[in-house]
Amino acid sequence: MAIFNPTDTALSIKNLTVSYHNQPVLWDIDLDIPAGVMAGIVGPNGAGKSTLIKSLLGLVPSLSGEVMVHGRPYATQRKRVGYVPQRSSVDWDFPTTALDVVTMGLYGRLGWLKRPGQKERHEAQEALEMVGMSALAERQISQLSGGQQQRVFLARALVQQADVYFLDEPMAGVDATTERAIIDILRRLRDAGKTLIVVHHDLQTVRTYFDWLLLLNVRVIASGKAEEVFKIDHLRQAYGGQIALLNDNESLMFSASKVK
Amino acid sequence: MVWLELLSDYTFQNVVIGASLLGLISGPLGCFAVLRRQSLLGDAISHAALPGICLSFIITGSRDIGGIIMGSLITGSAAALIMLVLTRLSRLKTDAALGACLSIFFAVGIVLLTYIQSTNNASQGGLEAFLFGQAAATLRSDLWVMGSITLVTLVLLAVFWKQAKLVTFDAEYARTLGMPITVIEASLTAMVALAVVVGLQMVGVILMAAMIVAPAAAARQWSRHLGGMLTIAAGVGIVSGVSGATISTLSRGLATGPLIVLTATVIVLISLALAPGRGLLWGVIKHYRQKSALQKQQLLYALYKHSADPSCAPSTLGSRRMLNKLKQQGYLSRSPRGTTPGDDGWGLTAQGQAEARRVVAAFEELAS
Repeated sequence: MAIFNPTDTALSIKNLTVSYHNQPVLWDIDLDIPAGVMAGIVGPNGAGKSTLIKSLLGLVPSLSGEVMVHGRPYATQRKRVGYVPQRSSVDWDFPTTALDVVTMGLYGRLGWLKRPGQKERHEAQEALEMVGMSALAERQISQLSGGQQQRVFLARALVQQADVYFLDEPMAGVDATTERAIIDILRRLRDAGKTLIVVHHDLQTVRTYFDWLLLLNVRVIASGKAEEVFKIDHLRQAYGGQIALLNDNESLMFSASKVK
Repeated sequence: MVWLELLSDYTFQNVVIGASLLGLISGPLGCFAVLRRQSLLGDAISHAALPGICLSFIITGSRDIGGIIMGSLITGSAAALIMLVLTRLSRLKTDAALGACLSIFFAVGIVLLTYIQSTNNASQGGLEAFLFGQAAATLRSDLWVMGSITLVTLVLLAVFWKQAKLVTFDAEYARTLGMPITVIEASLTAMVALAVVVGLQMVGVILMAAMIVAPAAAARQWSRHLGGMLTIAAGVGIVSGVSGATISTLSRGLATGPLIVLTATVIVLISLALAPGRGLLWGVIKHYRQKSALQKQQLLYALYKHSADPSCAPSTLGSRRMLNKLKQQGYLSRSPRGTTPGDDGWGLTAQGQAEARRVVAAFEELAS
């Protein structure tokens, strides 16, 4: 379990509002996430989970709001932030190799004119090894399976050596083995003092994976330590009637989540 | 001797150099356009160049290449910009916005063209040549301009290679790294407009889109890296330019631009069919090989597992052909017809038994 240090806030959001075609997608989000936690963002479809991450990173324009990373504005802290987008956000038929995609994670550090060289390729190779993909470094990305593509994206973020990582549904559409492998890597990162902020859709695994939770449905329903947030009242508030099914399994879910 | 004569021909030299320059610039930039799913953007930009050409003629009163380049760049970029604004601000989808921009600008161009023709200006002759290109009218001075544009564009691409590649592959991620993606995307689009300008004289505004799309489409089939794709696209562009120009000159009178486009199309068709790994032909061959291997395994498996049960004996035409093939390969033997009806007397040889055991073992390993 990570040690919560109240003085160090990895991510602080104040008064964030995002709208799309006059429809509020995120409304007045206030949030502080402490450093060194594995934080899950959970909520129903259309709750604005991905939009939250994208607006923090400046990929979606926001009406208002202030985002601080480790106490300073995000724009000045880009190098300390890593991003793993949804796998479906790119065209995997792009002519390139797994190693090359991972090397792209270093482009920010290289600046405008410098090209990736031997050193960068070596770092990328190491990141691929961390995600168990070193044998497939020279493979065309179009020939990778969904789980392997997700690992490549993870390696590309790892190579950035950031302090705060945003991951958009990294477990979507991957098999159980890959999910296990990804969660192991994320835990290792957390234990090394990094902060991981993960959009997640599977309520069954939430308590097992995360030590900090944000329950979102356009507004913040609840946020804080996972055991305080993952309560049936909060879930019902976030999911509305859809949570009925969960009620029967509640005891089962909580006993399962004790397995660490 | 006809070749030597041809090579020393002033017009032929100009046409071949011009066509090569066109291939050299349109191939690599086409790759970015195709990978960014903006192949038709080139089409819109090139059609929108026509009003620019006409406006420049109306203002300057001459067919000066500098004015024509400026005019076509301005209206071409304006069309691209309006298209982008339309898709961003309205709910119009990209294809609809593209179609609207393309036809409106082209219509304005045609109106201006007919207006110029109606004024009976003596120097307007041949302005309509920009519709389909007029390669033979290329001057040495035009080549210098085309060459400079090509050189500057390719150098820019080489310097900002990293940025262009990442923005094309994953623009959102590029932005999180702090890259100014709007500037980079706008530059890539502006470079497509430059490629169009180089092609105006050679293939004209209508067919220019083919020179953006065709070399890139062919190159994608043959390459595994972006760098390789760009190089091959440039090569395809140059080869189709030079061969189109040569065919046109040798045939005396056939239009150069369309011939260049047709040559490029032939290369695309060959690439789509034959390229290793991605070509259709290899796909078909692979499909039949796999199908036949699977059928063989299935038959051996069935004969091995159900040899005691003659009712399982296969009798369709396809499987009978496969049975005969396996007999030739020594896996099967056929004994005289059995006593029970339906028993065809097929049996595994010793070699067949061994192969069947291997298949069964592999299958069971897969299943577990």
